[in-house]
Amino acid sequence: MSTATESGLQHRLAAVLQKNWKSLIVFVPFFWLLIFFLAPFFIVFKISLSEAIIASPPFMPMIEWADEGVMRIKLVFDNFTYLWEDDLYFNTYLSSLKISSISTVLCLLIGYPMAYAIVRAQSTTKNVLLMLIILPFWTSFLLRVYAWMGLLADQGTINNLLIGMGFIDEPIRLLYTDFAVYVGIVYTYLPFMILPLYANMEKLDWTLLEAAADLGARPFTTFLTVTIPMTLPGIIAGSLLVFIPATGEYVIPDLLGGGNVLMIGRLLYNEFNANVDWPVASAVAIALLLVLVLPMMLYQHVQGKETEAS
Amino acid sequence: MNNAKRSYFLIATTCFGLAFLYIPMILLIIYSFNYSKIVPVWGGFSTRWYGVLFESEEVWTAVSLSLKIAMVNACFATLLGTLAGLALVRFGQFKGRTLFSGMITAPLVMPEVITGLSLLLLFITLKEFIGWPDNRGFSTITIAHITFSMAYVAVIIQSRLAGMAQDLEEAAQDLGAKPFRVLTDITLPLLAPGMLAGWLLSFTLSLDDLIIASFVSGPGSVTLPMLIYSRVRLGLRPDINALATIIILVVAIGVLIAAWIMFRQQRQRELELQMSGDE
Repeated sequence: MSTATESGLQHRLAAVLQKNWKSLIVFVPFFWLLIFFLAPFFIVFKISLSEAIIASPPFMPMIEWADEGVMRIKLVFDNFTYLWEDDLYFNTYLSSLKISSISTVLCLLIGYPMAYAIVRAQSTTKNVLLMLIILPFWTSFLLRVYAWMGLLADQGTINNLLIGMGFIDEPIRLLYTDFAVYVGIVYTYLPFMILPLYANMEKLDWTLLEAAADLGARPFTTFLTVTIPMTLPGIIAGSLLVFIPATGEYVIPDLLGGGNVLMIGRLLYNEFNANVDWPVASAVAIALLLVLVLPMMLYQHVQGKETEAS
Repeated sequence: MNNAKRSYFLIATTCFGLAFLYIPMILLIIYSFNYSKIVPVWGGFSTRWYGVLFESEEVWTAVSLSLKIAMVNACFATLLGTLAGLALVRFGQFKGRTLFSGMITAPLVMPEVITGLSLLLLFITLKEFIGWPDNRGFSTITIAHITFSMAYVAVIIQSRLAGMAQDLEEAAQDLGAKPFRVLTDITLPLLAPGMLAGWLLSFTLSLDDLIIASFVSGPGSVTLPMLIYSRVRLGLRPDINALATIIILVVAIGVLIAAWIMFRQQRQRELELQMSGDE
């Protein structure tokens, strides 16, 4: 009898699966993201509103049970006012935004002509070039940053080369400067600029350029009035893919900038690991999210449109 | 005249860009064969640092942990990412679609320090309430990696699905196949190259991650990037150059093989299409 009910159950289960397999396909990844992507932000937000104490975990609980079962909710906004009042944090946000904006523009200046050249290349050359752009993307990010330490160090390749050629007598300081951080960011994020630009340009109708030329437009005018507007979605997507992660970058300022370059990702990491001030670290994270939420939504919008268009 | 000038400019920038991308890596490889302990000072050709590397037990432990995480991560991320991509492209509107597509795109651009911090705080909270995870290490790092890797897989699957002609699926439907059979017999096999690409990408993303892993790992669990980082923070190390050379070569060979396989498959499909007289 038990086997009968079991097979009955199995049948019913199979029937339910048969009917609801679509919901199941949506549900599994959806549930995963809810727990491991969305819920954590609420916890960060909660901890950013609590007080730091020396304990494990090192913050005060937000909800306390006072006598007679009265619940007390304690919200502390001190961490946020602290961020606002301490110049260090404000300056670090500004400096991060400055570094990531300039790096984004540099990536665009180098990446745009490269993407253009790849799109206009012959089919075989095109595949080889694409391969060459994608390959560094697959190799370790950390090791690519490390490679620049060897180039930029006081005894590094660049200084050795310049001294060897007699341009300078003493090594110039390259590592642990703003310059090194710019080089590092542009170097590691360049493929992120080129690939969306390429994806966008590949779909374009290039005969429009010929049409503009036939109608007497000068190359520069054509570029400004036809090429740029047509490739704008690619420009925006590529720029955001560089700008957003670069703003929160940790490894590059730490390895190439040393202690001399202020960036928010590094500050957050140190606040959490060295100072063990979780509430302030959480507040730094929430403030960074607030700064980046608009660019993120813009990226989402552009990305959605691109998928629909194709 | 302008065309010629423009193409010179394009070629020059492309060469400059490629040189910029590749020269540092080439130098890294060259200096891994340097005898001298001081990395940028050439002391003659030698493979001694490879010996130093292979003798280090620390390195082997870190490599095996990283490979295990990358393997498990790639399988789960491919599964979840494929489901997510299918849901977003083929299921039309459903409840919570906007939230879903937001959550699947956001990990692509989310700064790693934020993801790492928030996941660590989640694991600590979970431990407080349900007693799991007891130890942070393999399982927590793998879960963290799946969460961002599946987003990349979903993007690949989405673009594959969007670019795929739907006529085969429609034909199967017209011949009476139920939607679920269309999915398993037609759509998924067509998606296989995309899933392979997603698997490989997840695998490398996981092997590459330093920040999220350092947040969510506990004492005793050191992944390969964490080990590399703790060594290079203090300056240049010739044994790390040797390790980098091995990693770069393995990745380059892997990518070239994968590209070659995909290229051949694409060629074959194009040929089949031509034979059948379509397009």
